[in-house]
Amino acid sequence: MKYNAKNTLKIISKLVFVNSFNVRTFAPNLKQGIFNPVRMRMNTLKNIILSALFIAVFSVSFASETKEGGEDEKFDPKEMILHHVKDAYGMHLFDWNDHPVSIPLPVITYTDKGLTMFSSSEFHHDYNGEVIVEKNGQRFVNVHEKVYVLDEGASGVTYDAEHHPTNAHRPKFDLSITRNVFMMWVSIAVLLLIFLTAARRYKKSEDNIPSGIASFIEPLVLFVRDEIAKPMIGEHKYKRYMPYLLTIFFFIWINNIFGLIPILNGANLSGNIAFTFTLAAITFIITTFSGNKNYWQHIFWMPGVPVPMKIFLMPIEIIGMFVKPISLMIRLFANITAGHVIILALMSLIFVFKTIAIAPVSVAFSLFITVIEVIVTAIQAYIFTILSALYFGMATEEAHH
Amino acid sequence: MDLITPEFGLVFWTLITFLILLFILRKFAWKPILGAVSDREEGIKDALASAEKARQEMENLTADNERILQEARAEREAMLKDARDMKNKMIADAKDEAQEQANKIIEQAQAAIESEKKAAMAELKSHVAGLSIDIAEKVVRKELSNKDSQEKLVEEMLGEATLN
Repeated sequence: MKYNAKNTLKIISKLVFVNSFNVRTFAPNLKQGIFNPVRMRMNTLKNIILSALFIAVFSVSFASETKEGGEDEKFDPKEMILHHVKDAYGMHLFDWNDHPVSIPLPVITYTDKGLTMFSSSEFHHDYNGEVIVEKNGQRFVNVHEKVYVLDEGASGVTYDAEHHPTNAHRPKFDLSITRNVFMMWVSIAVLLLIFLTAARRYKKSEDNIPSGIASFIEPLVLFVRDEIAKPMIGEHKYKRYMPYLLTIFFFIWINNIFGLIPILNGANLSGNIAFTFTLAAITFIITTFSGNKNYWQHIFWMPGVPVPMKIFLMPIEIIGMFVKPISLMIRLFANITAGHVIILALMSLIFVFKTIAIAPVSVAFSLFITVIEVIVTAIQAYIFTILSALYFGMATEEAHH
Repeated sequence: MDLITPEFGLVFWTLITFLILLFILRKFAWKPILGAVSDREEGIKDALASAEKARQEMENLTADNERILQEARAEREAMLKDARDMKNKMIADAKDEAQEQANKIIEQAQAAIESEKKAAMAELKSHVAGLSIDIAEKVVRKELSNKDSQEKLVEEMLGEATLN
Protein backbone atom coordinates (compact mmCIF):
# COMPACT_ATOMS: atom_id res chain seq x y z
CA MET A 1 0.00 0.00 0.00
CA LYS A 2 2.77 2.31 1.02
CA TYR A 3 4.65 1.41 -2.06
CA ASN A 4 2.10 2.65 -4.55
CA ALA A 5 1.10 5.80 -2.70
CA LYS A 6 4.73 6.68 -2.30
CA ASN A 7 5.47 6.52 -6.00
CA THR A 8 2.35 8.33 -7.06
CA LEU A 9 3.20 11.19 -4.73
CA LYS A 10 6.71 11.31 -6.09
CA ILE A 11 5.45 11.45 -9.64
CA ILE A 12 2.91 14.15 -8.87
CA SER A 13 5.52 16.37 -7.27
CA LYS A 14 7.92 15.82 -10.15
CA LEU A 15 5.36 16.59 -12.82
CA VAL A 16 4.06 19.67 -11.10
CA PHE A 17 7.56 20.95 -10.75
CA VAL A 18 8.39 20.29 -14.39
CA ASN A 19 5.27 21.97 -15.66
CA SER A 20 5.64 25.10 -13.61
CA PHE A 21 9.26 25.20 -14.63
CA ASN A 22 8.22 25.11 -18.28
CA VAL A 23 5.90 28.03 -17.77
CA ARG A 24 8.61 29.99 -16.10
CA THR A 25 11.03 29.40 -18.95
CA PHE A 26 8.28 30.33 -21.28
CA ALA A 27 7.65 33.60 -19.54
CA PRO A 28 10.40 35.64 -21.22
CA ASN A 29 8.80 34.89 -24.56
CA LEU A 30 5.52 36.19 -23.27
CA LYS A 31 7.23 39.34 -22.08
CA GLN A 32 7.78 40.28 -25.67
CA GLY A 33 4.04 40.43 -26.03
CA ILE A 34 1.77 41.62 -23.26
CA PHE A 35 3.01 40.67 -19.84
CA ASN A 36 0.12 39.22 -17.95
CA PRO A 37 0.87 37.75 -14.52
CA VAL A 38 -2.72 36.65 -13.96
CA ARG A 39 -2.76 34.72 -17.16
CA MET A 40 0.53 33.15 -16.26
CA ARG A 41 -0.73 32.06 -12.87
CA MET A 42 -3.82 30.64 -14.52
CA ASN A 43 -1.62 28.74 -16.89
CA THR A 44 0.29 27.30 -13.98
CA LEU A 45 -2.92 26.26 -12.33
CA LYS A 46 -4.20 24.73 -15.50
CA ASN A 47 -0.97 22.84 -15.87
CA ILE A 48 -1.22 21.45 -12.40
CA ILE A 49 -4.78 20.31 -12.94
CA LEU A 50 -3.88 18.83 -16.30
CA SER A 51 -0.93 16.98 -14.95
CA ALA A 52 -2.97 15.67 -12.07
CA LEU A 53 -5.55 14.38 -14.52
CA PHE A 54 -2.81 12.92 -16.58
CA ILE A 55 -1.47 11.06 -13.60
CA ALA A 56 -4.88 9.86 -12.65
CA VAL A 57 -5.47 8.40 -16.07
CA PHE A 58 -2.04 6.90 -16.57
CA SER A 59 -1.12 5.97 -13.05
CA VAL A 60 -1.64 2.36 -14.01
CA SER A 61 1.22 2.54 -16.42
CA PHE A 62 3.31 4.47 -13.94
CA ALA A 63 2.68 1.82 -11.35
CA SER A 64 3.79 -0.94 -13.64
CA GLU A 65 6.74 1.14 -14.71
CA THR A 66 8.00 1.52 -11.15
CA LYS A 67 7.46 -2.17 -10.59
CA GLU A 68 10.10 -2.83 -13.13
CA GLY A 69 12.52 -1.01 -10.89
CA GLY A 70 12.16 -4.03 -8.60
CA GLU A 71 13.83 -2.38 -5.60
CA ASP A 72 10.63 -2.31 -3.50
CA GLU A 73 9.67 -5.49 -1.74
CA LYS A 74 6.70 -7.38 -3.10
CA PHE A 75 3.31 -6.40 -1.73
CA ASP A 76 2.20 -8.97 0.83
CA PRO A 77 -1.49 -8.56 1.70
CA LYS A 78 -1.27 -10.98 4.60
CA GLU A 79 1.50 -9.10 6.28
CA MET A 80 -0.16 -5.76 5.67
CA ILE A 81 -3.48 -6.97 7.07
CA LEU A 82 -1.95 -8.57 10.13
CA HIS A 83 0.13 -5.48 10.72
CA HIS A 84 -3.06 -3.38 10.71
CA VAL A 85 -5.10 -5.76 12.82
CA LYS A 86 -2.46 -6.32 15.49
CA ASP A 87 -1.15 -3.98 18.10
CA ALA A 88 1.82 -1.66 17.52
CA TYR A 89 4.12 0.56 19.55
CA GLY A 90 3.56 3.81 17.68
CA MET A 91 0.32 5.28 16.51
CA HIS A 92 0.90 5.40 12.78
CA LEU A 93 -1.42 7.92 11.11
CA PHE A 94 -0.36 8.28 7.48
CA ASP A 95 2.64 8.60 5.20
CA TRP A 96 3.68 12.04 4.10
CA ASN A 97 6.34 12.52 1.48
CA ASP A 98 7.71 9.06 2.05
CA HIS A 99 7.87 9.61 5.78
CA PRO A 100 5.49 7.84 8.05
CA VAL A 101 3.75 10.26 10.40
CA SER A 102 2.90 8.75 13.73
CA ILE A 103 2.24 9.62 17.33
CA PRO A 104 5.15 8.25 19.39
CA LEU A 105 4.02 6.28 22.42
CA PRO A 106 6.03 5.12 25.41
CA VAL A 107 7.54 1.64 25.39
CA ILE A 108 7.62 0.35 28.95
CA THR A 109 9.33 -2.91 29.76
CA TYR A 110 10.11 -4.69 32.97
CA THR A 111 13.13 -6.98 32.90
CA ASP A 112 15.63 -8.28 35.42
CA LYS A 113 17.23 -4.85 35.28
CA GLY A 114 14.03 -3.14 36.31
CA LEU A 115 11.67 -0.80 34.57
CA THR A 116 12.79 0.77 31.29
CA MET A 117 10.85 3.39 29.41
CA PHE A 118 11.57 5.06 26.08
CA SER A 119 9.67 6.54 23.19
CA SER A 120 8.55 4.33 20.36
CA SER A 121 9.92 6.95 17.97
CA GLU A 122 13.41 5.73 18.85
CA PHE A 123 12.73 2.69 16.69
CA HIS A 124 12.29 5.09 13.76
CA HIS A 125 9.24 3.18 12.51
CA ASP A 126 11.28 0.04 12.16
CA TYR A 127 9.63 -3.23 13.01
CA ASN A 128 12.07 -5.59 11.38
CA GLY A 129 14.54 -5.68 14.24
CA GLU A 130 17.08 -3.48 12.47
CA VAL A 131 17.14 -0.45 14.75
CA ILE A 132 18.71 -1.18 18.13
CA VAL A 133 17.79 1.09 21.02
CA GLU A 134 20.18 1.09 23.94
CA LYS A 135 18.54 1.89 27.24
CA ASN A 136 19.37 1.05 30.81
CA GLY A 137 22.21 -1.23 29.73
CA GLN A 138 19.93 -3.28 27.51
CA ARG A 139 19.46 -3.30 23.79
CA PHE A 140 15.91 -3.35 22.47
CA VAL A 141 14.71 -4.20 19.01
CA ASN A 142 11.22 -4.12 17.50
CA VAL A 143 10.47 -7.38 15.69
CA HIS A 144 7.01 -7.27 14.14
CA GLU A 145 5.75 -4.84 16.75
CA LYS A 146 7.07 -6.88 19.62
CA VAL A 147 9.89 -5.55 21.71
CA TYR A 148 12.78 -7.98 22.20
CA VAL A 149 15.80 -7.60 24.43
CA LEU A 150 19.00 -8.63 22.68
CA ASP A 151 21.12 -11.19 24.48
CA GLU A 152 24.52 -10.17 25.81
CA GLY A 153 27.07 -9.82 23.07
CA ALA A 154 24.63 -9.99 20.19
CA SER A 155 24.99 -7.17 17.71
CA GLY A 156 21.90 -7.86 15.60
CA VAL A 157 18.88 -10.10 15.55
CA THR A 158 19.24 -13.48 13.95
CA TYR A 159 16.21 -15.54 13.07
CA ASP A 160 15.41 -19.18 12.88
CA ALA A 161 13.45 -20.83 10.09
CA GLU A 162 10.11 -19.61 11.44
CA HIS A 163 11.39 -16.07 11.69
CA HIS A 164 11.60 -16.15 15.46
CA PRO A 165 14.55 -14.28 16.94
CA THR A 166 17.15 -16.71 18.27
CA ASN A 167 19.45 -14.38 20.16
CA ALA A 168 16.83 -12.12 21.77
CA HIS A 169 14.07 -12.65 24.30
CA ARG A 170 10.87 -10.92 25.30
CA PRO A 171 11.06 -8.74 28.41
CA LYS A 172 9.45 -10.21 31.51
CA PHE A 173 6.58 -7.78 31.30
CA ASP A 174 5.84 -5.55 28.34
CA LEU A 175 3.68 -2.79 29.74
CA SER A 176 4.07 -0.47 26.76
CA ILE A 177 1.42 2.09 26.00
CA THR A 178 0.71 0.62 22.60
CA ARG A 179 -1.65 2.18 20.10
CA ASN A 180 -4.46 0.02 21.44
CA VAL A 181 -3.87 1.22 24.98
CA PHE A 182 -3.64 4.76 23.68
CA MET A 183 -6.94 4.46 21.81
CA MET A 184 -8.51 2.84 24.83
CA TRP A 185 -7.60 5.90 26.85
CA VAL A 186 -8.93 8.17 24.15
CA SER A 187 -12.14 6.17 24.20
CA ILE A 188 -12.56 6.39 27.96
CA ALA A 189 -11.87 10.11 27.78
CA VAL A 190 -14.71 10.39 25.26
CA LEU A 191 -16.96 8.16 27.36
CA LEU A 192 -16.29 10.14 30.50
CA LEU A 193 -16.90 13.37 28.65
CA ILE A 194 -20.23 12.14 27.31
CA PHE A 195 -21.57 10.51 30.44
CA LEU A 196 -20.29 12.91 33.05
CA THR A 197 -21.77 15.77 31.02
CA ALA A 198 -25.04 13.89 30.80
CA ALA A 199 -25.02 13.18 34.53
CA ARG A 200 -24.44 16.87 35.21
CA ARG A 201 -27.42 17.67 33.01
CA TYR A 202 -29.60 15.51 35.22
CA LYS A 203 -28.24 17.08 38.36
CA LYS A 204 -28.95 20.54 37.05
CA SER A 205 -32.49 19.87 35.96
CA GLU A 206 -34.90 20.08 38.86
CA ASP A 207 -37.52 17.71 37.53
CA ASN A 208 -35.10 15.01 36.23
CA ILE A 209 -36.08 15.72 32.66
CA PRO A 210 -33.21 14.97 30.27
CA SER A 211 -31.91 17.76 28.09
CA GLY A 212 -29.05 18.12 25.63
CA ILE A 213 -26.74 15.11 25.51
CA ALA A 214 -28.70 13.45 28.30
CA SER A 215 -31.74 13.11 26.09
CA PHE A 216 -29.48 11.45 23.55
CA ILE A 217 -28.00 8.84 25.87
CA GLU A 218 -31.07 8.19 27.98
CA PRO A 219 -32.74 5.92 25.41
CA LEU A 220 -29.52 3.90 25.23
CA VAL A 221 -29.27 3.62 29.00
CA LEU A 222 -32.94 2.68 29.20
CA PHE A 223 -32.40 0.16 26.42
CA VAL A 224 -29.68 -1.55 28.45
CA ARG A 225 -31.90 -1.47 31.52
CA ASP A 226 -35.23 -2.51 30.00
CA GLU A 227 -34.14 -4.77 27.15
CA ILE A 228 -31.00 -6.34 28.59
CA ALA A 229 -30.80 -6.21 32.37
CA LYS A 230 -34.44 -6.57 33.40
CA PRO A 231 -35.45 -9.49 31.17
CA MET A 232 -32.17 -11.36 31.61
CA ILE A 233 -31.52 -10.92 35.33
CA GLY A 234 -34.95 -10.19 36.70
CA GLU A 235 -36.79 -7.27 38.20
CA HIS A 236 -35.37 -7.69 41.70
CA LYS A 237 -31.68 -8.27 41.16
CA TYR A 238 -30.85 -6.35 38.02
CA LYS A 239 -29.86 -3.15 39.82
CA ARG A 240 -26.64 -4.60 41.17
CA TYR A 241 -25.36 -5.39 37.69
CA MET A 242 -26.47 -2.21 35.93
CA PRO A 243 -23.18 -0.27 36.30
CA TYR A 244 -21.17 -3.15 34.88
CA LEU A 245 -23.56 -3.81 32.01
CA LEU A 246 -23.80 -0.16 31.04
CA THR A 247 -20.05 0.34 31.24
CA ILE A 248 -19.25 -2.76 29.23
CA PHE A 249 -21.87 -1.92 26.61
CA PHE A 250 -20.64 1.59 25.95
CA PHE A 251 -16.96 0.66 26.34
CA ILE A 252 -17.19 -2.08 23.73
CA TRP A 253 -19.38 -0.04 21.43
CA ILE A 254 -17.19 3.03 21.38
CA ASN A 255 -14.06 0.96 20.83
CA ASN A 256 -15.77 -0.92 18.00
CA ILE A 257 -16.59 2.43 16.44
CA PHE A 258 -13.07 3.78 16.96
CA GLY A 259 -11.73 0.70 15.22
CA LEU A 260 -13.62 1.73 12.11
CA ILE A 261 -12.27 5.26 11.85
CA PRO A 262 -9.72 5.13 9.04
CA ILE A 263 -7.29 7.77 10.28
CA LEU A 264 -6.96 5.89 13.58
CA ASN A 265 -6.07 2.79 11.60
CA GLY A 266 -4.96 -0.12 13.63
CA ALA A 267 -6.78 0.95 16.76
CA ASN A 268 -8.35 -2.45 16.56
CA LEU A 269 -8.81 -2.67 20.30
CA SER A 270 -12.04 -4.63 20.45
CA GLY A 271 -10.63 -6.97 17.79
CA ASN A 272 -7.71 -7.75 20.05
CA ILE A 273 -7.95 -10.97 21.98
CA ALA A 274 -6.31 -9.47 25.05
CA PHE A 275 -9.09 -6.92 25.32
CA THR A 276 -11.93 -9.39 24.83
CA PHE A 277 -10.16 -11.83 27.14
CA THR A 278 -10.06 -9.27 29.94
CA LEU A 279 -13.72 -8.31 29.61
CA ALA A 280 -14.83 -11.94 29.34
CA ALA A 281 -12.73 -12.76 32.39
CA ILE A 282 -14.43 -9.99 34.36
CA THR A 283 -17.83 -11.33 33.33
CA PHE A 284 -16.71 -14.81 34.38
CA ILE A 285 -15.52 -13.57 37.77
CA ILE A 286 -18.74 -11.67 38.43
CA THR A 287 -20.81 -14.69 37.35
CA THR A 288 -18.84 -17.03 39.59
CA PHE A 289 -19.02 -14.77 42.61
CA SER A 290 -22.70 -14.07 42.28
CA GLY A 291 -23.58 -17.75 41.79
CA ASN A 292 -26.10 -18.90 44.37
CA LYS A 293 -26.83 -22.37 45.73
CA ASN A 294 -29.19 -23.12 42.88
CA TYR A 295 -26.51 -22.24 40.28
CA TRP A 296 -23.85 -24.47 41.79
CA GLN A 297 -26.36 -27.23 42.28
CA HIS A 298 -27.18 -27.13 38.59
CA ILE A 299 -23.48 -27.45 37.79
CA PHE A 300 -22.38 -30.15 40.21
CA TRP A 301 -25.51 -32.12 41.01
CA MET A 302 -28.25 -31.40 38.50
CA PRO A 303 -31.58 -31.70 40.29
CA GLY A 304 -34.43 -33.67 38.79
CA VAL A 305 -32.41 -36.21 36.79
CA PRO A 306 -31.30 -39.76 37.69
CA VAL A 307 -27.96 -40.20 39.45
CA PRO A 308 -26.01 -41.59 36.45
CA MET A 309 -27.21 -38.58 34.50
CA LYS A 310 -26.07 -36.28 37.30
CA ILE A 311 -22.58 -37.77 37.09
CA PHE A 312 -22.62 -37.51 33.32
CA LEU A 313 -23.78 -33.90 33.35
CA MET A 314 -21.31 -32.64 35.94
CA PRO A 315 -18.21 -32.46 33.70
CA ILE A 316 -20.29 -30.99 30.88
CA GLU A 317 -21.62 -28.27 33.14
CA ILE A 318 -18.15 -27.55 34.51
CA ILE A 319 -16.80 -27.18 31.00
CA GLY A 320 -19.84 -25.03 30.16
CA MET A 321 -18.92 -22.67 32.98
CA PHE A 322 -15.69 -21.85 31.18
CA VAL A 323 -16.98 -22.13 27.65
CA LYS A 324 -19.43 -19.30 28.21
CA PRO A 325 -16.83 -16.58 28.80
CA ILE A 326 -14.52 -18.11 26.21
CA SER A 327 -17.30 -17.86 23.62
CA LEU A 328 -17.79 -14.23 24.64
CA MET A 329 -14.10 -13.59 24.15
CA ILE A 330 -13.87 -15.28 20.77
CA ARG A 331 -17.13 -13.90 19.41
CA LEU A 332 -16.22 -10.25 19.89
CA PHE A 333 -12.61 -10.74 18.82
CA ALA A 334 -13.51 -12.71 15.69
CA ASN A 335 -16.35 -10.47 14.58
CA ILE A 336 -14.40 -7.27 14.83
CA THR A 337 -11.17 -8.70 13.43
CA ALA A 338 -13.01 -10.35 10.56
CA GLY A 339 -14.61 -7.04 9.63
CA HIS A 340 -11.24 -5.33 9.54
CA VAL A 341 -9.67 -8.18 7.60
CA ILE A 342 -12.42 -8.10 4.96
CA ILE A 343 -12.12 -4.36 4.42
CA LEU A 344 -8.33 -4.52 4.23
CA ALA A 345 -8.44 -7.54 1.94
CA LEU A 346 -10.79 -5.74 -0.45
CA MET A 347 -8.44 -2.78 -0.47
CA SER A 348 -5.47 -5.10 -1.04
CA LEU A 349 -7.08 -6.34 -4.24
CA ILE A 350 -5.99 -3.09 -5.89
CA PHE A 351 -2.38 -3.80 -5.04
CA VAL A 352 -2.55 -7.51 -5.68
CA PHE A 353 -3.89 -7.00 -9.20
CA LYS A 354 -1.72 -3.93 -9.62
CA THR A 355 -4.44 -2.07 -11.45
CA ILE A 356 -6.52 0.89 -10.46
CA ALA A 357 -9.39 -0.51 -12.52
CA ILE A 358 -10.30 -2.76 -9.65
CA ALA A 359 -10.50 0.21 -7.28
CA PRO A 360 -14.20 1.00 -7.84
CA VAL A 361 -15.07 -2.60 -7.05
CA SER A 362 -12.87 -2.61 -3.99
CA VAL A 363 -14.18 0.70 -2.76
CA ALA A 364 -17.79 -0.26 -3.39
CA PHE A 365 -17.43 -3.56 -1.58
CA SER A 366 -15.47 -2.16 1.31
CA LEU A 367 -18.02 0.64 1.65
CA PHE A 368 -20.71 -2.00 1.80
CA ILE A 369 -18.78 -3.97 4.42
CA THR A 370 -18.06 -0.79 6.36
CA VAL A 371 -21.75 -0.01 6.55
CA ILE A 372 -22.38 -3.52 7.82
CA GLU A 373 -19.52 -3.06 10.28
CA VAL A 374 -21.15 0.08 11.62
CA ILE A 375 -24.18 -2.04 12.48
CA VAL A 376 -21.95 -4.81 13.79
CA THR A 377 -20.30 -2.39 16.24
CA ALA A 378 -23.61 -1.95 18.02
CA ILE A 379 -24.73 -5.54 17.61
CA GLN A 380 -21.55 -7.01 19.07
CA ALA A 381 -21.63 -4.63 22.02
CA TYR A 382 -25.27 -5.61 22.54
CA ILE A 383 -24.53 -9.33 22.28
CA PHE A 384 -21.64 -9.17 24.71
CA THR A 385 -23.75 -7.24 27.18
CA ILE A 386 -26.89 -9.34 26.84
CA LEU A 387 -24.92 -12.60 27.20
CA SER A 388 -23.11 -11.25 30.25
CA ALA A 389 -26.50 -10.31 31.68
CA LEU A 390 -27.83 -13.75 30.82
CA TYR A 391 -24.97 -15.43 32.68
CA PHE A 392 -25.56 -13.19 35.69
CA GLY A 393 -29.23 -14.05 35.49
CA MET A 394 -28.42 -17.77 35.42
CA ALA A 395 -26.10 -17.40 38.39
CA THR A 396 -28.68 -15.61 40.51
CA GLU A 397 -31.78 -17.51 39.43
CA GLU A 398 -33.82 -18.94 42.28
CA ALA A 399 -35.00 -22.53 42.23
CA HIS A 400 -38.55 -22.78 40.95
CA HIS A 401 -39.36 -26.46 40.99
CA MET B 1 -0.51 -17.29 16.26
CA ASP B 2 0.20 -13.89 17.73
CA LEU B 3 -3.27 -12.86 16.80
CA ILE B 4 -4.98 -15.18 19.25
CA THR B 5 -2.49 -14.96 22.10
CA PRO B 6 -3.46 -12.34 24.65
CA GLU B 7 -0.60 -9.96 25.34
CA PHE B 8 0.04 -9.42 29.00
CA GLY B 9 0.56 -5.67 28.59
CA LEU B 10 -2.78 -5.07 26.94
CA VAL B 11 -4.60 -7.31 29.43
CA PHE B 12 -3.01 -5.36 32.24
CA TRP B 13 -3.90 -1.96 30.85
CA THR B 14 -7.39 -3.05 29.82
CA LEU B 15 -8.09 -4.37 33.29
CA ILE B 16 -6.86 -1.23 35.02
CA THR B 17 -8.55 1.11 32.55
CA PHE B 18 -11.82 -0.76 32.65
CA LEU B 19 -11.94 -0.91 36.42
CA ILE B 20 -11.20 2.81 36.67
CA LEU B 21 -13.82 3.55 34.04
CA LEU B 22 -16.33 1.33 35.83
CA PHE B 23 -15.61 3.01 39.14
CA ILE B 24 -15.86 6.57 37.82
CA LEU B 25 -18.91 5.98 35.67
CA ARG B 26 -20.65 4.04 38.40
CA LYS B 27 -20.12 6.77 40.92
CA PHE B 28 -20.51 9.86 38.79
CA ALA B 29 -22.61 8.81 35.81
CA TRP B 30 -24.74 5.72 36.27
CA LYS B 31 -25.82 6.56 39.79
CA PRO B 32 -27.12 10.05 38.98
CA ILE B 33 -28.53 9.01 35.60
CA LEU B 34 -30.30 5.88 36.78
CA GLY B 35 -31.31 7.69 39.96
CA ALA B 36 -32.81 10.53 37.99
CA VAL B 37 -34.60 8.14 35.65
CA SER B 38 -36.05 6.06 38.46
CA ASP B 39 -36.94 9.19 40.44
CA ARG B 40 -38.80 10.46 37.43
CA GLU B 41 -40.57 7.15 36.97
CA GLU B 42 -41.52 7.13 40.65
CA GLY B 43 -42.72 10.70 40.27
CA ILE B 44 -44.91 9.78 37.32
CA LYS B 45 -46.27 6.75 39.17
CA ASP B 46 -46.98 8.86 42.26
CA ALA B 47 -48.62 11.59 40.22
CA LEU B 48 -50.88 9.06 38.51
CA ALA B 49 -51.74 7.42 41.81
CA SER B 50 -52.54 10.72 43.49
CA ALA B 51 -54.63 11.79 40.53
CA GLU B 52 -56.56 8.55 40.82
CA LYS B 53 -56.92 9.13 44.55
CA ALA B 54 -58.15 12.67 44.00
CA ARG B 55 -60.69 11.41 41.50
CA GLN B 56 -61.85 8.77 44.00
CA GLU B 57 -62.15 11.41 46.69
CA MET B 58 -64.06 13.67 44.41
CA GLU B 59 -66.43 10.83 43.64
CA ASN B 60 -66.83 10.10 47.33
CA LEU B 61 -67.49 13.74 48.01
CA THR B 62 -70.17 13.93 45.36
CA ALA B 63 -71.78 10.80 46.71
CA ASP B 64 -71.68 12.25 50.23
CA ASN B 65 -73.26 15.47 49.08
CA GLU B 66 -75.99 13.55 47.33
CA ARG B 67 -76.62 11.51 50.43
CA ILE B 68 -76.73 14.52 52.73
CA LEU B 69 -79.09 16.29 50.39
CA GLN B 70 -81.30 13.21 50.32
CA GLU B 71 -81.28 13.08 54.09
CA ALA B 72 -82.13 16.74 54.41
CA ARG B 73 -84.97 16.33 52.00
CA ALA B 74 -86.31 13.34 53.92
CA GLU B 75 -86.03 15.22 57.18
CA ARG B 76 -87.92 18.15 55.79
CA GLU B 77 -90.61 15.79 54.58
CA ALA B 78 -90.81 14.23 58.00
CA MET B 79 -90.95 17.58 59.72
CA LEU B 80 -93.68 18.81 57.44
CA LYS B 81 -95.61 15.62 58.00
CA ASP B 82 -95.21 15.95 61.78
CA ALA B 83 -96.39 19.51 61.67
CA ARG B 84 -99.38 18.57 59.60
CA ASP B 85 -100.22 15.73 61.94
CA MET B 86 -99.87 17.99 64.94
CA LYS B 87 -102.11 20.56 63.34
CA ASN B 88 -104.73 17.97 62.52
CA LYS B 89 -104.54 16.54 65.99
CA MET B 90 -104.83 19.92 67.58
CA ILE B 91 -107.82 20.75 65.46
CA ALA B 92 -109.39 17.41 66.25
CA ASP B 93 -108.71 17.81 69.96
CA ALA B 94 -110.14 21.29 69.96
CA LYS B 95 -113.16 20.06 68.10
CA ASP B 96 -113.70 17.23 70.54
CA GLU B 97 -113.33 19.48 73.52
CA ALA B 98 -115.67 22.01 72.06
CA GLN B 99 -118.18 19.28 71.30
CA GLU B 100 -117.92 17.98 74.81
CA GLN B 101 -118.29 21.42 76.25
CA ALA B 102 -121.25 22.10 74.02
CA ASN B 103 -122.87 18.79 74.91
CA LYS B 104 -122.35 19.54 78.56
CA ILE B 105 -123.89 22.96 78.18
CA ILE B 106 -126.78 21.52 76.23
CA GLU B 107 -127.25 18.83 78.82
CA GLN B 108 -127.22 21.39 81.61
CA ALA B 109 -129.60 23.52 79.66
CA GLN B 110 -131.87 20.56 79.12
CA ALA B 111 -131.69 19.63 82.77
CA ALA B 112 -132.48 23.22 83.68
CA ILE B 113 -135.28 23.27 81.21
CA GLU B 114 -136.57 19.98 82.58
CA SER B 115 -136.47 21.17 86.16
CA GLU B 116 -138.01 24.48 85.17
CA LYS B 117 -140.67 22.59 83.28
CA LYS B 118 -141.28 20.37 86.29
CA ALA B 119 -141.44 23.34 88.55
CA ALA B 120 -143.73 25.08 86.11
CA MET B 121 -145.87 21.99 85.82
CA ALA B 122 -146.04 21.65 89.54
CA GLU B 123 -146.93 25.27 89.83
CA LEU B 124 -149.43 24.92 87.02
CA LYS B 125 -150.87 21.83 88.64
CA SER B 126 -151.20 23.50 91.96
CA HIS B 127 -152.59 26.52 90.23
CA VAL B 128 -155.00 24.40 88.21
CA ALA B 129 -155.90 22.54 91.35
CA GLY B 130 -156.60 25.78 93.10
CA LEU B 131 -158.51 26.96 90.09
CA SER B 132 -160.38 23.75 89.92
CA ILE B 133 -161.23 23.93 93.59
CA ASP B 134 -162.40 27.47 93.04
CA ILE B 135 -164.50 26.40 90.12
CA ALA B 136 -165.62 23.38 91.95
CA GLU B 137 -166.54 25.50 94.96
CA LYS B 138 -168.51 27.78 92.73
CA VAL B 139 -170.10 24.92 90.84
CA VAL B 140 -170.64 23.05 93.98
CA ARG B 141 -172.23 26.05 95.51
CA LYS B 142 -174.40 26.55 92.54
CA GLU B 143 -175.30 22.93 91.80
CA LEU B 144 -175.14 21.36 95.19
CA SER B 145 -178.77 21.44 95.35
CA ASN B 146 -179.00 18.77 92.86
CA LYS B 147 -177.25 15.73 94.09
CA ASP B 148 -177.17 14.02 90.79
CA SER B 149 -175.84 16.86 88.91
CA GLN B 150 -173.23 17.30 91.64
CA GLU B 151 -171.90 13.83 91.18
CA LYS B 152 -171.97 14.13 87.46
CA LEU B 153 -170.01 17.23 87.57
CA VAL B 154 -167.32 15.77 89.82
CA GLU B 155 -166.93 12.81 87.59
CA GLU B 156 -166.72 14.99 84.54
CA MET B 157 -164.11 17.16 86.03
CA LEU B 158 -162.02 14.34 87.30
CA GLY B 159 -162.04 12.82 83.84
CA GLU B 160 -160.92 15.99 82.39
CA ALA B 161 -158.20 16.33 84.97
CA THR B 162 -156.55 12.97 84.24
CA LEU B 163 -156.24 13.87 80.61
CA ASN B 164 -153.77 16.40 81.42
